[in-house]
Amino acid sequence: MSTIRLAWAYLAARPLLALLNAAMLAIGVATLVLLLLFTSQAEERLARDASPVDLVVGAKGSPLQLILSALLQADVPTGNIRLDEARKVAADPMVASSTPICLGDTFRGHRIIGTDATYLALYGAKVAQGRVFERGMEVVVGAEVARRTGVGMGAQLVGTHGLGASGTPHEGHAYRVVGVLAPTGTVIDRLVVTPLESVWQIHEEHPGAGAEGQREITALLVRYRTPLAAALMPRRINATTSMQAAAPAYEMARLMNLVGVGVDVLRGFAVVLMATAALSMFVALMSALQERRYDLALLRMLGARPAALFALVVAEGVTLVLAGVILGLVLGHAAAGVLGSWIARSNAWNITGLAWQPAEGWIALVVLAAGAATCLIPAFQAYRRDPAILLRR
Amino acid sequence: MLEIRELRHEYGGRTVLSVPQWSVPQGEACLVIGPSGSGKSTLIAIIAGLLAPSAGSVAVAGEAVTGLGAVARDAFRARHVGLVPQMLHLIGVVSVRDNLRIAQRLAGIARDDRAIDACLESLGIAAIAPRKARDVAVGEAQRVAIARAVVNRPRVILADEPTSALDDASCARALALLRGAATACGATLVIATHDQRIRGEVARRLEL
Repeated sequence: MSTIRLAWAYLAARPLLALLNAAMLAIGVATLVLLLLFTSQAEERLARDASPVDLVVGAKGSPLQLILSALLQADVPTGNIRLDEARKVAADPMVASSTPICLGDTFRGHRIIGTDATYLALYGAKVAQGRVFERGMEVVVGAEVARRTGVGMGAQLVGTHGLGASGTPHEGHAYRVVGVLAPTGTVIDRLVVTPLESVWQIHEEHPGAGAEGQREITALLVRYRTPLAAALMPRRINATTSMQAAAPAYEMARLMNLVGVGVDVLRGFAVVLMATAALSMFVALMSALQERRYDLALLRMLGARPAALFALVVAEGVTLVLAGVILGLVLGHAAAGVLGSWIARSNAWNITGLAWQPAEGWIALVVLAAGAATCLIPAFQAYRRDPAILLRR
Repeated sequence: MLEIRELRHEYGGRTVLSVPQWSVPQGEACLVIGPSGSGKSTLIAIIAGLLAPSAGSVAVAGEAVTGLGAVARDAFRARHVGLVPQMLHLIGVVSVRDNLRIAQRLAGIARDDRAIDACLESLGIAAIAPRKARDVAVGEAQRVAIARAVVNRPRVILADEPTSALDDASCARALALLRGAATACGATLVIATHDQRIRGEVARRLEL
């Protein structure tokens, strides 16, 4: 009978205690895994949405709000900027490409974005059905929009004014769907994309829709031609124009720092939980050791080396930790899957429990190492057991 | 052959055991008899290699146990010594058969369930082989402890107070079981006891 089987027999002899210890550890591991899956997938998503753009130029206000609204389509814009001013920025020799965007309406909760064909190129979007828009009032819909609303080729859709849920429909201004985009895993999947002219045409009676010279857009998405631009352009735009320039990389890092405080608190809670589990396991092993002092003496009497008793106690503890880690990984992924599908019902974020992060391997290794370390004191006590106690009993 | 020469053991500056010379031929049975505290258990522990004596030597079947290092003593005990402690302690969380398998494994003997079953059969406890050891009755536990001691066919069987807590009928039965098992595997049987009831049952005795 091997050491592992004997260790398992000892665990199986106290199933409730073993289960509780493993469950405590599993909850800690699951919390860490859940946080890891959420933060990593959110960061990846933000990075995918923000990475094609080096600089966002928009109305003055909060730079984070500008990034959230213009890039992630998650907040209201800071205002509008004049098209002629934006064109001056676009003509700068340090700019490789620029994409104007114009926001204002939604379709069943999905934003309608006025832009040009360069916006599709930014996110590498390809048309899965139909073609790209060529004139005003033509739209292509993102893959997620098509899936959720059932809108397809040739359909007519009417936008609702404003970015909130309570806007009035633009009756008499129906868009025609001329294309459906293939999924990209980026923000464009949940957008309705149309030429700038469509937005201006619908909002003719609204401010910002005047003659060419006074026309406005919401923001200009800029790609640099040279890294030097990162040092010069934002400062110059902020200092010399009525617009503000915000760098997505910097604002994303700031956003993750803000969110990170809450994540760190949860992470700390998970670590405390695991430390408690480790302490509980230590107490359980010490108590088991006391109960089993004659078993250990008997094993020595039968010829077991002290190292074998050490290995027996470590095997018991490590089996418990391994069970907790495996259970924790499964729970963490299951929880991410359940929460992800719950969030997806009301939000376009797709968090999946099927993704694997390399950091999970590290979590498992660190917890296993910490668990094994917890076993060392009880194991050493077993190692030092006097084998002759059965003869003196 | 069990052979002891000039054996002495001290504890806290006091001599707790002294055996100038004693030998038992291979396959014979003998009693180590004396009152509580006379050093019987100490002698058993030294013969088993659980304790290194202060002076002197013990040889089992020609092998000087007292001259072995700690690792070799453990290996020697596992392979060539069968121990039956007074309290018959069994590992309760595993089956009776597994208790014997553990003894086999620790002796470095390949798993041999046929030998285990034959051993249990010879002691009349084959039926309880699959039962958890914690669930067997005291009389059965005594037989299991003897089976565990003889399953590896040791050269010496050391029994520590095997009859002290038993009534007369059980005492005679336990002694018969031990002698039968030792004879079956050709082992020298050493019984440490203060039980005067069995004094007349074994001719060869060491008085402490």
